[in-house]
Amino acid sequence: MATTPNAATPTDFTVSPRSWLRRWTGADEIAHFITLVAAAALLLIAVLLVYQLWTLSAEARAKFGWSFFITKTWDPVAGDFGALPFIYGTLVTSAVALFIAVPLGVGAAIFLAELAPPKLSSSLTFVSDLLAAVPSVIYGLLGVFLLVPVMRTTVQPALKKTLGFLPLFRGPSYGIGFLTAGIVLAIMIVPFVLSVSREVLLGVPRDQREAALALGATKWESTWKVVVPAARIGIFGSVFLALARALGETMAVTMVIGNNPKIAASLFSPGYSIASVLANEFSEATGNLYLSALIELGLVLFLLTFVLNGLARLLILVTTARGSGVLPT
Amino acid sequence: MRIVKVLSLFAVLLAVATFAAAAGQVLLNAAGATFPYPMYSKWFDVYHQAHPGIQINYQSIGSGGGIRQLIDKTVDFGASDGPMNDDQLKQSSVPILHFPTVLGADVPSYNVPGVSAELNFTPEALAGIFMGKITKWNDPAITSANPGVKLPSDDIVVVHRSDGSGTTYIWTDYLSKISPEWQKNVGKATSVNWPVGLGGKGNEGVAGLIEQTPDSMGYIELIYAIQNKIAYGRVKNSSGAFVKADLASVSAAAAATAKFMPDDFRVSITNPEGKAAYPIASFTWLLIPAKFGDSAKRDAVKDFLKWMLTDGQQYCEGLSYAKLPKEVVAKETKAIALIQ
Repeated sequence: MATTPNAATPTDFTVSPRSWLRRWTGADEIAHFITLVAAAALLLIAVLLVYQLWTLSAEARAKFGWSFFITKTWDPVAGDFGALPFIYGTLVTSAVALFIAVPLGVGAAIFLAELAPPKLSSSLTFVSDLLAAVPSVIYGLLGVFLLVPVMRTTVQPALKKTLGFLPLFRGPSYGIGFLTAGIVLAIMIVPFVLSVSREVLLGVPRDQREAALALGATKWESTWKVVVPAARIGIFGSVFLALARALGETMAVTMVIGNNPKIAASLFSPGYSIASVLANEFSEATGNLYLSALIELGLVLFLLTFVLNGLARLLILVTTARGSGVLPT
Repeated sequence: MRIVKVLSLFAVLLAVATFAAAAGQVLLNAAGATFPYPMYSKWFDVYHQAHPGIQINYQSIGSGGGIRQLIDKTVDFGASDGPMNDDQLKQSSVPILHFPTVLGADVPSYNVPGVSAELNFTPEALAGIFMGKITKWNDPAITSANPGVKLPSDDIVVVHRSDGSGTTYIWTDYLSKISPEWQKNVGKATSVNWPVGLGGKGNEGVAGLIEQTPDSMGYIELIYAIQNKIAYGRVKNSSGAFVKADLASVSAAAAATAKFMPDDFRVSITNPEGKAAYPIASFTWLLIPAKFGDSAKRDAVKDFLKWMLTDGQQYCEGLSYAKLPKEVVAKETKAIALIQ
């Protein structure tokens, strides 16, 4: 460990050992070392996590191989396990959640940062931050007792009537399922999108707004064509933070998704997500293969988060390379 | 994650153990089933008051977790709603003894708008509904057992437990016994591959879904139903009588199987003989290693078991748990000698 702080400051590479020692006594070096340990610990935790998931899932990986990803059965009695319905459920509920939360969150952020009077803006932001702090089981209970009956009796029949030609909105309405889980998730992640997006929008330099206005742009044109593009990367960042939360959400989803490992085109159908099945079955799983399959599901969730985050970075790279280059400096 | 968890648990245990040893106390750690937790916690508490030198710590982490920790030797004894299977027994380096403690039962609960009568369910109807073969409330398999009740032609919404649980074990164990098709396609376990239905987490999740969803039916733990005043139906037993679950009919089920009780107590009492017996019931077990390295711990466990089978029984019914039949108590008392 003692040599690593050295490696992190390239300028120190060539200095003699004596001056290196002298520098070590400086407060800067101590601060450097402490923060580096903190950063290294973070990396170490992630590596240990993957290592544990990898070794403990050995039995399931050996038995099912890649077919784990495309098998649709989950049968603890017969010892036949596949991740596909859970991957599907996780992706679908997260997609529904983003579909609702992104326009809502970004729209609200633009209003609060650009248009609203400062007093209203700060009080609404406070409310949104409060929403982010509500425990997820509360959202789950609200979902079960308030949202589910409304979904079953009003929303789903209305969707069936108007958009029933799409396979997404067909089948019996139980009130619980992909759509309801997605809506509950959306409510949970809106504060993330809103909070971060608002901060980023507020961070866009005042000069840019004034320049746009000076060129004859209206207030809305300056917001939409100058400020929002400038804050784009930060807004993307807020969306990915929200996505990560949606992918891993457990309790609230379990309570409203229906917990049935099924792949159905209809959003009204009950489904299952990776995090939910882990929460449901881990404590009672007895067989070694069963346990190891559940742990492999954890690994799959990790992988899914990793891949989606990678895609997100790629998206940012592509769009910024092609973009107007209006970036806050 | 697991390493860290185990290590921290170990550190805590070590600290507590040293403290206890210094005070001349015996500290027993146990983990397992959640269903009998209120009963166990009462027993361990009352026992500790009578024997201040012995303290039993019980963590209700689930039967599966209890069995795993027992095999890994991170606890002194375990508890489970389903007996350990032969594979699990082989994994343990020490032979494990099963001691039935109390009885649990599952009841069919339903929400059919316009029907307030207590419905009767035949085994065929239950198996058919949960297999997805019987899909309408006015199916002859249901209506023939309920003369005079007008059932709608609506689709049945099946609700089951989504979390692994002893409740599911009892229900699927029963369905496996009465339906060869269920036995072949689904089987019995704490979690199964359900042919149909929605999953609710915990008894409260299932009860909530049933309450919220018209035309639904599912199964819940008897004690949960009693404590929350949830209505439930009768089930036809092997003698042809429709029996409503209560402490007496569940005890009757245990008594009916007492004479067939195997020496290791790993017995299923679903679908028993006897006119008064409720057919969907089960024991829950303490899992005790046959050999203890520490003689103080061994004596404490033996003494606790003796107390549980005698004085401890008076606390059962106050908490809505059915008592063990006398025959089983006698047999268990003998089995305590096997702990060395």
